[in-house]
Amino acid sequence: MARARWAVLILTIATLVGSGADWTRAEQKKDSCVECHAALEGSLAAPVEAMREDIHRARGFSCADCHGGDPSRDDPLESMDPKKGFLARPSPRAIPALCGRCHSDAEFMKRYNPALRVDQEREYFTSVHGKRLRAGDTRVATCTSCHGAHGIRPAHHPLSPVYSLRVAETCARCHADVAYMKGYRIPSDQYERYKRSVHARALYERQDLSAPTCNDCHGNHGAVPPGVASVAHVCGQCHVRQSTLFQASPHKAAFDVMRLAECVYCHGNHDVPSPTDEMIGTGEKSVCLSCHPPGDVGYQAAERMRAMLDELSRNLERAQAILDRAERAGMEVSRAKFELNEARDALTHARVLIHAFSVKELENVIRPGLEVAQRGYHAGERALAELNYRRKGLAVSLLFILFLAFLLYLKVREIEGTR
Amino acid sequence: MPLWSEQRRRLLNLLLGTSVGATLVAIFYPILKFMIPPEVIEATQTSVVAGRVNELPPNSGKIFKFGNKPGLLVRTPTGEYKAFSAVCTHLDCIVQYRPDMQLIWCACHNGQYSLSGKNIAGPPPRPLEEYVVNIRGEEIVVSKA
Amino acid sequence: MRVELRVEAWRAWLDERLGTEAVREFLRRKEVPIHRHTIWYYFGGMTLFLFVVQVVTGALLLLYYRPSAEAAFESVQFIMTEVEFGWLVRSIHSWSANLMIATLFVHMFSAYFMKAYRPPRELTWVSGALLLLLVLAFGFSGYLLPWNKLAFFATKVGTDIAGDVPLIGRFLLRFLRGGEEVTGATLTRFFGFHVAILPGMMTIVLALHLILVQKHGMSVPPSLEGTSLKRMPFFPNFLLRDLIGWILAIGALAALAALFPWGLGEKADPFAPAPAGIKPEWYFLFMFQTLRLLPAKVGIVEGEVLGVTIFLLGGIFWMLVPFLDKPTSRRRSRLFTGVGVFFVLYIAVMTVWGYLT
Repeated sequence: MARARWAVLILTIATLVGSGADWTRAEQKKDSCVECHAALEGSLAAPVEAMREDIHRARGFSCADCHGGDPSRDDPLESMDPKKGFLARPSPRAIPALCGRCHSDAEFMKRYNPALRVDQEREYFTSVHGKRLRAGDTRVATCTSCHGAHGIRPAHHPLSPVYSLRVAETCARCHADVAYMKGYRIPSDQYERYKRSVHARALYERQDLSAPTCNDCHGNHGAVPPGVASVAHVCGQCHVRQSTLFQASPHKAAFDVMRLAECVYCHGNHDVPSPTDEMIGTGEKSVCLSCHPPGDVGYQAAERMRAMLDELSRNLERAQAILDRAERAGMEVSRAKFELNEARDALTHARVLIHAFSVKELENVIRPGLEVAQRGYHAGERALAELNYRRKGLAVSLLFILFLAFLLYLKVREIEGTR
Repeated sequence: MPLWSEQRRRLLNLLLGTSVGATLVAIFYPILKFMIPPEVIEATQTSVVAGRVNELPPNSGKIFKFGNKPGLLVRTPTGEYKAFSAVCTHLDCIVQYRPDMQLIWCACHNGQYSLSGKNIAGPPPRPLEEYVVNIRGEEIVVSKA
Repeated sequence: MRVELRVEAWRAWLDERLGTEAVREFLRRKEVPIHRHTIWYYFGGMTLFLFVVQVVTGALLLLYYRPSAEAAFESVQFIMTEVEFGWLVRSIHSWSANLMIATLFVHMFSAYFMKAYRPPRELTWVSGALLLLLVLAFGFSGYLLPWNKLAFFATKVGTDIAGDVPLIGRFLLRFLRGGEEVTGATLTRFFGFHVAILPGMMTIVLALHLILVQKHGMSVPPSLEGTSLKRMPFFPNFLLRDLIGWILAIGALAALAALFPWGLGEKADPFAPAPAGIKPEWYFLFMFQTLRLLPAKVGIVEGEVLGVTIFLLGGIFWMLVPFLDKPTSRRRSRLFTGVGVFFVLYIAVMTVWGYLT
């Protein structure tokens, strides 16, 4: 009987030690939280499982560092004693401070990751989320809403919910939820619209991680909607040239007076489409018409600039088409095709230069582009002419060849006829 | 009467002789033409003259053609010559030298490269390909490594 | 009269030094039998003519071609655009290569079905089979030289297949590629094969083949053997007919080159992903298609290894046919005709299949 009891005890210990084996290696100290919770089931064991991938655990932190209590005790009553600071479920309001205990402490953080910022908590309380939380709204996002609670990975890890490719989805968990967002008086279609934008296409289709997602414009911890005054600076982070050109253009003063958001007024915000030439000019999709009535100076300039862009792209297409035709016919025109790139570059450049809203400056770029496109077209013409010349030459020489073959045939007849 | 009179035979031989001659000319004419070297001598470009010494002051750059690609020749503020592919590794825009920033800069999305071609800011995912620069007399010769 | 005398004197002078009289005598006596299969006799001469075209155009291309990964593509581009008639010379070189392989196949199978390999012509057959190998090697090595994308990957796949040859596969792969991968080193090697090593071997084997053909004369199919056949003198009757064919071939090559110039494609980039649907040249397609159809594993053997082994054995069998097909046994002889039909059908079906998929 005594022997059996011993055996049960040894087995129990072995199981406990076994399941917590890889924990004890990382953490030499006794950790009764892990020992017990690993042996439990369901949601009580889930944190232990999730923590396996956690960056904090990898750095040697464990349950008690956030939840408090005394992990050196086996008795649950002692180890999870609120008097020892045990906190089963930190309330949302307490979370920023809880994380901030370490993350806002520069002295502490530089021991682990000297490059990491320590102002997230301060930034957070400048955000709409932070302000509302302070005001008592516990439905707003706190640290754990975005980063997760157990199993937090560094932001550059592809599985982290705040990794570039997953940020939008993470924000959308609340912001795209109509029921959840009810009462906040902001739309909940931003995610839907973002998904249609040129930025989302760059990010998801081309996996271009530099393409902007929510936090690149709104900030991450200090998330606020950029106002009219700051939106141009936000876009200008990447679209520098467009932004500088715009700032120096006559539009700048006018937009300021009318209190229009610079870039967004023409390009939209969440669903920024891929810009087209149709946005300028006097056509149906032109954005110029909302301010410039027919006949005014801006109207005429828009018409003129659109005409120039069209002329260059038309010439470019024409040159491309004839070179393609020559190439399909087997002519070697790769050099001419390469040179056409210069015209394509000029067109790209011209489209950027639109933001200076100066007919003259645009012309300086369009004109050399047109010349290059013309050269390409002539090269295509020459190639087709050469092809024609070859065919004629072939026809003539084939005639001679067939004639010679016929004469040879007669010669054979002659030789054999006399035999 | 024989099928082939002497006259017809002679005519045939004459025609045959001239057409064989003409065919030979038609064959050898392109061959000889082919062998005459064309005006454009350089068939390939593993190296190219990108510019002349004294053309570039320190802290400036210029675009040159390198085979099928644009290249960027940079003279650093210290007077050193460097050459790179001028095609931005982000979206294939053409990069330029920015004397005010002393950097290589892409106008399309504010990509920046250091003077050793490394991508240091903005979207470019990779450094620019660097070429070898040699100075031969007055010429700055750029070649692929 | 005096002119004729002088010609006669020259002839005697030359004969004394070169033995031209023996050649003239030989030509005077050389005859070609006339029967309903005579048409097939022209294909050997046609193949030879196209080979001469290859030698001439190949030598011309050498004036501008540069065998290095950096310069090869550009130099071919240069030939196509800048050099006068460069487009013609290169297109003819490519087209003539393909036509030559086609006529070679016709020549080979006609010789096979007419059982031209019967004694004493066994070695003529064997040398012909060697010529086939050399020509395929010419085709394979020449295909890479423009250093374009398609050629690059076709070579990669092709040398990979060579790596599946039992026992010596790894060595063969390294030998062909000049290293582990297809690189500029491979291009330089293939160039060496294409313009020096293979032409050297070709000269010897082709000379042997032609000498043997002259020594034994034209073979007559067994069904007509023993019957009295009409014959025509080789010179000038048969040669003039050959000449008509060659002249027409020149016309056909010029037409193909002008109407369907051989493209150049894009420059090879070893780091670019392989384009979809890589296919080898049509004359390798039946082997390629077979390997593609084989499952990854057949029993314990890898499918590719099995396929390559079968083709090797098939090739050896094909070369040794004259020693296996005994003319004394009627039934056995008919069996070999059946094997030939099977080969032709197999190649045709697999080639078409390979093209369609």
